[in-house]
Amino acid sequence: MGVFLIHVLNALLYSSVLFLIAGGLSLIYGVMRILNLAHGNLYAVGAFVTAWVIGWAIEAGAPTALLFLLLPTGALAAAAVGAVIERTLLRPFYKRPEEYQLLMTFGLLMILEDLIRLVWGPNPLSATTVYAALGSLSIAGDRYPTYNLVIIAVGVIAAVFLWAFIYRTRFGVLLRATSQDKRMASALGVNVNRIYIQAFTLGCFMAGLGGAIVVPSQSAVLGMGVDALVLAFIVVVIGGLGSLEGALAGALIVGVVREVGITLFPEIELAVLYLIAALVLLVRPAGLFGRASA
Amino acid sequence: MNKALAVSEVHSPWRILAWVVPAALLLIAAPFVIDPFQTLTLMYGLIAAIGALGFNLLLGYTGLLSFGHSAFFGAGAYTVAFLVKYLKIASMELFLAGSVLVSALISVLFGYVCVRYTRIFFGILTLALSQVLWSLAFKFFWVTGGSDGLRVPTPTLLGAAPTDDKMEFLAHKYYYYVLAVFAICVFLMWVIVHSPFGKALQAIRDNETRAEFIGIRIRRYRLIAFVISGIFTGVAGALWAPLNGLASPDVLVWTFSGEIVFMTVLGGFRTFIGPIIGAIAFTYLKTYAVGFTVYWQLLLGAVLVVLVLVLPTGIMGAVERLWSRLKRRN
Repeated sequence: MGVFLIHVLNALLYSSVLFLIAGGLSLIYGVMRILNLAHGNLYAVGAFVTAWVIGWAIEAGAPTALLFLLLPTGALAAAAVGAVIERTLLRPFYKRPEEYQLLMTFGLLMILEDLIRLVWGPNPLSATTVYAALGSLSIAGDRYPTYNLVIIAVGVIAAVFLWAFIYRTRFGVLLRATSQDKRMASALGVNVNRIYIQAFTLGCFMAGLGGAIVVPSQSAVLGMGVDALVLAFIVVVIGGLGSLEGALAGALIVGVVREVGITLFPEIELAVLYLIAALVLLVRPAGLFGRASA
Repeated sequence: MNKALAVSEVHSPWRILAWVVPAALLLIAAPFVIDPFQTLTLMYGLIAAIGALGFNLLLGYTGLLSFGHSAFFGAGAYTVAFLVKYLKIASMELFLAGSVLVSALISVLFGYVCVRYTRIFFGILTLALSQVLWSLAFKFFWVTGGSDGLRVPTPTLLGAAPTDDKMEFLAHKYYYYVLAVFAICVFLMWVIVHSPFGKALQAIRDNETRAEFIGIRIRRYRLIAFVISGIFTGVAGALWAPLNGLASPDVLVWTFSGEIVFMTVLGGFRTFIGPIIGAIAFTYLKTYAVGFTVYWQLLLGAVLVVLVLVLPTGIMGAVERLWSRLKRRN
């Protein structure tokens, strides 16, 4: 029973982080119809910035409680980078074929990948102090790191906030209107450019938050962005590009399959995930929760 | 797909000859003029050009952006490695035949799934499927060598055993072998895109509904284009393996597909020779960027961003624009 519970928690842990990354990716696609290949790198930016800030704070002798308050810095940094990218590099592309947008974000992926190496060097950065500070607790006789529960909680809170944000606020209404019909929204007086930059920034914030909360439990390493992106792809393909409910469902499915896969079929775990994605696309091209389009 | 993406076609037989003959002479003379290292770089470029040529049958002529062509390149390379390791074969002709077969098989399989979709979903689906191959190559390390890959020795060419000096062999005998295969591939692709079949693909690209209306079976044509495209890229992978001496998962990972897209756009996917020029230019660019700085990705990424921003038609587009401006002035 204890082992089973721990597997469930691990799956949830994994799903939480995936939801943050894939939810951001899906939000951006849903509103702007841009598939951001550099999205994984924003997750990496979140992880690196948080690890760096926390390392710096520890050196300055900051109390552990303060370190927790510094966790979101990575998310803010990713959001800032996202805002700059949208304004300068993506805006000229909205009227061009989507192939060019894909290429542009592929270029951004290469640039961000190396910028991270340039700024933080080739060695992994970690922030394990935060992870260790919470210790572990006993679940049905087994030890389980308390920090992992924090990650799950952040994932759940983010999902709830996002839902409330999109379905219960004025901004959410404008966002959904723009997503459904950009021209009509624009004709009705919605400032589409502003919605775009807000959506992109919010999406990047989520990716950065994923990186920021994950970094105390695992180090920030080069290449983590590209790995995360490919998993996020699977999530959005299963759930449906542009749908947040889909991102949530997809993240849960991928989280569970991964947890089962690591113990039962470690060799083909990734292949199984890709095949599930391909099967979903075959049966429901728009994904489980996607609106039929394209 | 809109008109702006159309492959422009203006040529007379004489103009083509005026370009092909000097280019062929230059390529034939190259190993005697430039040093072996340069020759190897040029070979990597020619091999990439075969792959990009195949890729552009989909992007430039059919209007489908694949982000999974690393699968076919990798399939070609690994076919060679498997033939060496498990069947003890050393003949380059058998390598090519094997990789044509394997990449055809895989592209039929992938194509059957992928051509149901267009645009962004086509891209994601090709990417996801190519990653299945990558993860298999990565995880089944006892078969594939995992991240270390598999060693590929120098092959026999037309039955002749390789000479002892490996560099000498690669830079001369193997160079001409690659050049010959390259010439055949270019010729074949030229015939394909100028055949009624090629015209039908362009019709599908320009207007799917009308193409269907005049009786073109869209999905079947797309599938055939997908398979031809996969085979060309597979052949490139097979030629690449002995040159590189190693078949490794680097060429199966999706960012390598991105590089194929990159080189094609760099050269200009609206012209026939764009991908060839782009592949050679990209290979030189990457070789020098890697030698020049550890931050070569940054450099290449910046080139791609600038390219997409100011030169979406690539090198060939820029040349054409310059050419017509000069003409007008005279």
